[in-house]
Amino acid sequence: MRRRTVALGVALGLLALFPLAGSDFYTELVSKVMILAIFALSLDLLVGYTGLVSFGHAAFYGIGAYALGLLAPKYDPANLWLTLAAAVACAGLAALIVGVFVVRARGIYFIMVTLAFAQMFYFVFHDTKFGGGSDGISMNFKPVAAIGSFIPFNLSDANHVYYFVFAALVTVFLFLRTLSRSSFGRALQGIRSNEERMRSLGFPVYRYKLASFTLAGALAGLAGYLSAMQFGFVNPELLSWHQSGNVLLMLILGGLGSLYGAVVGAFAFVALEELFSSVTTHWQLLLGATIILLVIFLPGGLASVASRFRRLLIGAPSE
Amino acid sequence: MSDAILTTHGLSRSFGGLMAASSVSIELHRGKLHALLGPNGAGKSTLINLLSGELRASAGEIRYKGDDITGLSPDRRSRIGIGRSYQKTNIFPAFTAFENCRLAAQSREPRTLRVFEDALRFEGVCTAARRALEAVGLDNRSDSIAPALSHGEQRQLEIALALATAPDVLLLDEPLAGMGAEEAMRMVELLRGLAPRHAILLVEHDMDAVFAVANVITVMVNGQVLESGEPAQIRASPMVRAAYLGEDGALAGYEQS
Repeated sequence: MRRRTVALGVALGLLALFPLAGSDFYTELVSKVMILAIFALSLDLLVGYTGLVSFGHAAFYGIGAYALGLLAPKYDPANLWLTLAAAVACAGLAALIVGVFVVRARGIYFIMVTLAFAQMFYFVFHDTKFGGGSDGISMNFKPVAAIGSFIPFNLSDANHVYYFVFAALVTVFLFLRTLSRSSFGRALQGIRSNEERMRSLGFPVYRYKLASFTLAGALAGLAGYLSAMQFGFVNPELLSWHQSGNVLLMLILGGLGSLYGAVVGAFAFVALEELFSSVTTHWQLLLGATIILLVIFLPGGLASVASRFRRLLIGAPSE
Repeated sequence: MSDAILTTHGLSRSFGGLMAASSVSIELHRGKLHALLGPNGAGKSTLINLLSGELRASAGEIRYKGDDITGLSPDRRSRIGIGRSYQKTNIFPAFTAFENCRLAAQSREPRTLRVFEDALRFEGVCTAARRALEAVGLDNRSDSIAPALSHGEQRQLEIALALATAPDVLLLDEPLAGMGAEEAMRMVELLRGLAPRHAILLVEHDMDAVFAVANVITVMVNGQVLESGEPAQIRASPMVRAAYLGEDGALAGYEQS
């Protein structure tokens, strides 16, 4: 446990100092990865803690992003705090509405029905003029972090974006860690472990699942908003099933149900993507093969490497 | 009697053409241990599932403390005070014995939506969990992860989960199944200790145990109640002997052993 805290501290320190060392290119890349890490964390709440494998989580990521695209005035910068709150609220509301229908389904049916809902949202943005169709929306201005007349930081600066995203990642991580230890979080893990028994012990399982789905959707919306804020651009691809698949892969790569895994997975996924695409144009083949090998030989994900290694050294039996 | 806490009237459940429970009327009283006997397929587990809400009744009604609860969901029934255990061990394999019971006790905690508070800080819940473990004799195993417990210990944990929810009615589906002699004896003692403050419905194949603890026995055959009465009456009943125990009287054999 203590080792983990040390590892966490080192990782935080490295992330905090990173913009001082890297070029703008890498600062922006790591910002992007941290946004994906928030997205993966939000999915971990569903998959890793509640046991709900969603294959449509990108819908809420996309809705958070589109909220900024649609709310931002054409000739003025949007207010960061207002649009951020609106984006999280929109994504959470969408997840609540979708959740009412989907959390009754289980297993493979849940996967299919979340995919179906996500595709519906995708085509709403893709095939109607509502969000600029398949071209999406370009924003002319970055949101302004104004509190009254006080502007604490400037989102046109890559370093400021980096630290804002970093702060969001740490906040979401700590929030989910606290949540996972609370009565609510432990009940979710009980549902993942044995749903029937939770019900016969008196837990209103449906309501717990719906709350988890809504919260996960809202946090995905936060990630989507940050992505739109960073790139100044939204299009329907943000909601596509590829995006839902990618975030699931990040989670599987890093390891489910630990929160660390989600963050590690996001970094590993983008690193592998960068590495393989510099070698060949068929990089997805290599990425696929890597993930298959990883699932076979390291079912706990990358986050389990340290504990496996330690077990190997001490010689204690695994599991 | 006026102190009946859970009653069924004409309770039936059919699966296709099969009547798994057919017009069953029983009463559970606080302070009484009511045992349910019958050969395999007699409808004992069906009746428990009907009472706990996991099966919907095809006909008939269930009343709890006077209220009709026939349509209530399993979680609502648990919250109003009907606890159950399962024939096939049904625990949380991901957690320690303590966390299994803590979670069960937490279901009685109204402040579960405080997402910023560590669940271990709710002292009342933790105490209830420790008491439940102590009651079944698992207090020295509380930090073991559930799959690491022996089969008998998992059976004890199964009962502890039900106890941790502090129910008024306990529906126990073969609690002694798979327990060693010593564990079984301890469980019989536990059942005897629970009986005065609870209404218990016990499905059990261990005749020694049943006749040692039961105040009332109901014998079911083919989904129907064959006879219900005090142990002595059931033991003497020619109908029960003929239908269930066989002419030679397997029961008589148990008496002697």
